[in-house]
Amino acid sequence: MKELSLHILDVAENGINAGADRVRITVEEARKDNRLRIVLSDNGRGIPPDLIRNVTDPFYTTRTTRRVGLGLSLLEAAARQCNGSMRVESTEGKGTSVIVEFEYNHIDRAPLGDMAGTLISLIMGYPDVDFEYIHTINSRRFAIKTIDIKNMFDGRSVSEPDVFRKLRQTLQDGLTFLRNPG
Amino acid sequence: MARLTIDDLKKVKEKTAKETSLRYGKARIKITVHMGTCGIAAGARDVMNALMTEMAEADRQDIRVVASGCMGMCSSEPNVTIEVDGEEPIVYQLMDANKMRQVFKRHVLLGEVQTDFALAKM
Repeated sequence: MKELSLHILDVAENGINAGADRVRITVEEARKDNRLRIVLSDNGRGIPPDLIRNVTDPFYTTRTTRRVGLGLSLLEAAARQCNGSMRVESTEGKGTSVIVEFEYNHIDRAPLGDMAGTLISLIMGYPDVDFEYIHTINSRRFAIKTIDIKNMFDGRSVSEPDVFRKLRQTLQDGLTFLRNPG
Repeated sequence: MARLTIDDLKKVKEKTAKETSLRYGKARIKITVHMGTCGIAAGARDVMNALMTEMAEADRQDIRVVASGCMGMCSSEPNVTIEVDGEEPIVYQLMDANKMRQVFKRHVLLGEVQTDFALAKM
């Protein structure tokens, strides 16, 4: 995949498919420390201990429709190719966290890409899931919770046009300001 | 606490009916963007974003958009399925943002199936 935000979209969907109704995505760009850290946490059903060692095996999947499961293997490969690492922590019945670290300035590190597009796809594709997104660049911080947007609109669905427009504008403005605060 | 009036109850009824139709299956048209790993790698995110922009402009309450996983046709991703009440679902293949706009405007809003992009009836 060309962008890390596409990996984030893919892995977040894994959690939703595992029954999560809350997903938290954290992106930490510590440029001074030459480190990029992404954490995806969900409250899905979790992964049994005997299966967790297989999650990065591309030929392992719990699906029965096909025999490959590439999401986490591709993310791990993306991390490893730039001196990074990935680990998966999971508690059955409570949820799963995927923690990935990259060397920020590594020449092979994929760009973060269109995070606003990824978040909009997740939020609109799964309107009943509550998403929380936290993005820090050094000491600057942008955070958004879909529940706050819904509350602002009296609990209405994010599918409704004015709620969607507000959500999109908030995301785009917040992420633009984070990158270009001046 | 103020007493509820008939008008208040009507408003509650309208709001609930609107929410219910949007969220729990009373929508007349359902659009599914297949967003498995293969779909995402092939460009499903751009398709979804183009679709949501069109949805916001159309402001139609009877259309529901959902994301789903891979449908097993990885080589034809991004795939989009359009289901209109009373008609056979149509699967579109190799979609991009422009094709999505066209399918939304012509098929979803006007009922004209875009056979050039269609993969199959289901």
